[in-house]
Amino acid sequence: MSGYRLPPPHGAWLDRSQPVRFSFNGQSIEGFAGDTVAAALLAQGLMHIGRSYKLHRPRGIFSCGVEEPTGLLDIGLGPLRTPDTRATDILARDGLVCASGNCWPSLNFDLAAVNQKLAAFLPAGFYYKTFMWPHWHLFEPLIRRLAGLGTAGDGPDPERYDEVSVNTEVLVVGAGLAGMQAAVSAAGAGRQVMLLEADVQPGGWAASQTLRPGSEAAARLAAARCDLARAGVEVQARTTVVALYDHQLATAIESLEGAAAPGRIRERLWKIRARQIILATGSFERPMLFPDNDRPGVMLAGAVERYATHYGVACGERVVISAACDSAYGVAQSLVAAGIEVAAIVERRPERELGGEAQAPHGVPVLHSSVLVGIAGKRAVRGVQVAGVGGGALQAIKADLVASAGGCTPNVSLYSQAGGSLRWLDAESMFVPERLLPGVAVVGACAGVFDLEAALTHAGQVGRSAPGGLMPTAPVGGTGWVPADNQPTLAALSALSTRGGKPGKQFVDLQNDVTASDVELAARENYRSVEHLKRYTTIGMASDQGKTSNINALVLMGKATERRPDQVGSTKFRPPFKPVTINALAGGRSGERYRPLKRLSARDFHHARGALFEEFGGWERPAAYPLPGEGLIAAAERESAEVRRGVGLFDNSPLGKIEVYGPDAAAFLDLMYVGTMSTLAVGSARYGVLLNENGIVMDDGIVARLAPHHFWVNTTSGGVERVASAFEEWLQCEYVDLRVFIVPVTSQWGNVTVAGPNAWRLLDQLGFDAAMAPARMKHMTLRESTYAGQPIRVLRASFNGELGYEINLPASQTETLLARLWEAGQDLEICAYGVEALMIMRIEKGFIHVGADTDGTTLPGDVGLARGVDKKPANFVGRRSLTRPAGKDPERMQLVGLQAVDSRTRLAVGAHLSLRPPPTQAEGWVTSSCFSPALQQPIALAMLKRGTQRIGERLSAWHLGTSIAVEVVKTPFFDPTGERLHG
Amino acid sequence: MMTIACPWCGARPENEFHCGGTSHIQRPPLDCSDATWGDYLFVRANPCGLHAERWRHSYGCGQWFNLLRDTGTHEIKAVYAMTAPMPEPAPEAGP
Ligand SMILES: [Zn+2]
Repeated sequence: MSGYRLPPPHGAWLDRSQPVRFSFNGQSIEGFAGDTVAAALLAQGLMHIGRSYKLHRPRGIFSCGVEEPTGLLDIGLGPLRTPDTRATDILARDGLVCASGNCWPSLNFDLAAVNQKLAAFLPAGFYYKTFMWPHWHLFEPLIRRLAGLGTAGDGPDPERYDEVSVNTEVLVVGAGLAGMQAAVSAAGAGRQVMLLEADVQPGGWAASQTLRPGSEAAARLAAARCDLARAGVEVQARTTVVALYDHQLATAIESLEGAAAPGRIRERLWKIRARQIILATGSFERPMLFPDNDRPGVMLAGAVERYATHYGVACGERVVISAACDSAYGVAQSLVAAGIEVAAIVERRPERELGGEAQAPHGVPVLHSSVLVGIAGKRAVRGVQVAGVGGGALQAIKADLVASAGGCTPNVSLYSQAGGSLRWLDAESMFVPERLLPGVAVVGACAGVFDLEAALTHAGQVGRSAPGGLMPTAPVGGTGWVPADNQPTLAALSALSTRGGKPGKQFVDLQNDVTASDVELAARENYRSVEHLKRYTTIGMASDQGKTSNINALVLMGKATERRPDQVGSTKFRPPFKPVTINALAGGRSGERYRPLKRLSARDFHHARGALFEEFGGWERPAAYPLPGEGLIAAAERESAEVRRGVGLFDNSPLGKIEVYGPDAAAFLDLMYVGTMSTLAVGSARYGVLLNENGIVMDDGIVARLAPHHFWVNTTSGGVERVASAFEEWLQCEYVDLRVFIVPVTSQWGNVTVAGPNAWRLLDQLGFDAAMAPARMKHMTLRESTYAGQPIRVLRASFNGELGYEINLPASQTETLLARLWEAGQDLEICAYGVEALMIMRIEKGFIHVGADTDGTTLPGDVGLARGVDKKPANFVGRRSLTRPAGKDPERMQLVGLQAVDSRTRLAVGAHLSLRPPPTQAEGWVTSSCFSPALQQPIALAMLKRGTQRIGERLSAWHLGTSIAVEVVKTPFFDPTGERLHG
Repeated sequence: MMTIACPWCGARPENEFHCGGTSHIQRPPLDCSDATWGDYLFVRANPCGLHAERWRHSYGCGQWFNLLRDTGTHEIKAVYAMTAPMPEPAPEAGP
């Protein structure tokens, strides 16, 4: 046991009246409301809580915030489990279940810890080297089993997620003293301000300093909160800005986990558009490098202080501080004030380099110009070994905690995401924002301003400045002198070897197990640029994005290649700032709500007929109406036979419908379609194919003329939005002088298609206008009429080869009409048929289905429409592209029919056609295939090289390693003269 | 994600719009050479810097218009009508 709970009043964020109990690896942990999981574990004396990613070394809690590299736990059970969650970033609550991720079979007996012995064979770039030699596949199974951290949830997440979009004038990110000052000033200047804080309470760094003797932090915080309240600015806590995008768009994740939120929302995604963003995101502490600096019980000094002030937790009983900066002394003061013994401050700098405020507490020895060269203990710290930077005698100090203070790293992630570049301060050894960005300002520690008075003055000025305007320059500095290189010197390490000791590894990136020697290896192998260093060693590429490792890595690379860290360079930070759950981003758009389907207004009618619904082009439609015990394919085959025998009802409402009006409507449609629409008589209809500018078949459908200046355009059901958009683009961007309006009306008009030999008899029985009888109303004509007091537009057309009426009517009337037809048709062998039956019938007729038989290379000539192109004298979209050499190539693919030679085997869609067995180049492929009830044998459509000249030829259709002999045949397969159209 | 000032609806988020690519491309006459037609179809300047492009406010008023955008910074220098000529960008402030 090393960590323990301090007595009250320590622990400003705790509510000691509310105990909480949760489980960690099956062990019961007790804490208080306000504790993070990490705080409660530390208070219980648990130091070793996980194993590392690659080497499976024991690891503990390292930090007290979002930067945590090692304290990663799987939180929750089953579908609620969230892997690799930072124990420092999640609140303890009753009933929480958490577990170490990366150890098997248990934390203390980890089989993979053998990797530690193999460490010499797992250097930087190991993974890449296996690509070269001997073979990646030899290592892949092993690496996959050992790598990875936690375990994902194992089912659909039952929790709820929310999403909010807001606009604000000023967004301040971070409610430390600087952020609060900026927010108060902006509000004082009359601006609307939103202030977000990632933690549960405002305060930032200052809140950790309340124990320091003579500190004004507590008073200043109280005053700042008063000012905020007076200015009417609310702090929205537990909300982390994870990304900044163009034009001042910020996204943030609000954690509501454990909160008594109505409806139990787990997380909320905020999308915030601001005129001015002020970043006050503070800084991270930079750790010291020394051998075995990854042992559980080695922590960041500021974190140790924060656990004491916020959670009343002493992380150890006897602390050694490893320091290279002045802030370590404030930490020492806090710890002593909290009653924690500080055994020594091991200060890398000589005494003369220390700042005036770097005063050790009374009685705490400071070992100047000294460094740690070893840690005793594996799963917990038992002591440290200290040597002078110039060598000399080794000194052992008993301790159970090492607090590491290597300087400050401004948290520039969001500034970098916004496109900011960085500059290096040599004295402070830190990267700070280099320039001012339009609309994104930086204040406080994240701007590199560490002097409190200077930071507050600057933040106030920034807050008062006009959004998007010129901002004052940040007065950077204020940390005192910090050496860039904080590794133990070779002289110091040699002090170890005089006693026969061998220095342990110095870990730079604790999460990805990258050591100082890995960085040196990368330098030796000439991976010197920061981008190469990162990818070769994987440094900074773990889920913490190197928040505590990047600077040390750059310093080491600079040292190895005799460059300054800024000459090595720094990589751009990418969103998200911290790991975000996929469901928070989805904001509830999952399952059925991922892409909601359009529903038919007659859905209940279909449901009552036993429809099997499936998605077709964004619509939920009946695929078929299977009888009890009947499968989808069998039902579709039965339905298609029934339509050809009696009469079928088809809900064709998703069919694309566009009205085209205007004096130039005919001229416009002539430009859009391969067919000529201007010569259509009123009441007549014509099939048309639409091409894009490359000449590729984009859609097809029927165009009817309602009046001289008014056309009714049908498109495929999946293509209507694409077609309407293309019409608008041509009209608005190219043919701007044409007087035409485009009105998509797909959802306003329902469409009930009645097809089959008994189609007219059915309509006649129901009292439809006698002028629609097949003898009087010709195929491919349209009549406007009324039925039951409703306007109807009836098109005689057929996509299945039977006598067919497409009755367009107000969408709200679709269900009524279907029900009446169904009732009246009981004596006429009526059936309802779905999309699958329609597909069978159109294959029997050899009609193309754009997108199934065609692809992004299909020209109209490839699918039998060359005549329409040749016949038309006028220009139309795509025409010029058809005359390119590729368009005239005699070897082009052409649509043909196919039949298996054995007349029994159904061909697979996508099967490749060739004369020889593979490997050989395919001469074509099957595009549509079905069993034809009308012909009582399987049939297929295919694209085949020079296909129309190869009727009668035999080829092989290859699919999954087997082949079937097929014969190329003419289409249509069924009713080639089209007699059935006439009923 | 950018904010785009639709000439009809005002400033709206980018995801309401659809980008139609480079603007002011002249459609060559149909009797042009295959090479000229190929250039028209496929060859674009792809500049790093100012780029005139056409956008449609698809989930809004449905209208097309032109933007002058800096592809490096995403700064929008001008919004103008589909049929208007490309405006002269304001001269950059000197160093
Ligand atoms: Zn608009």
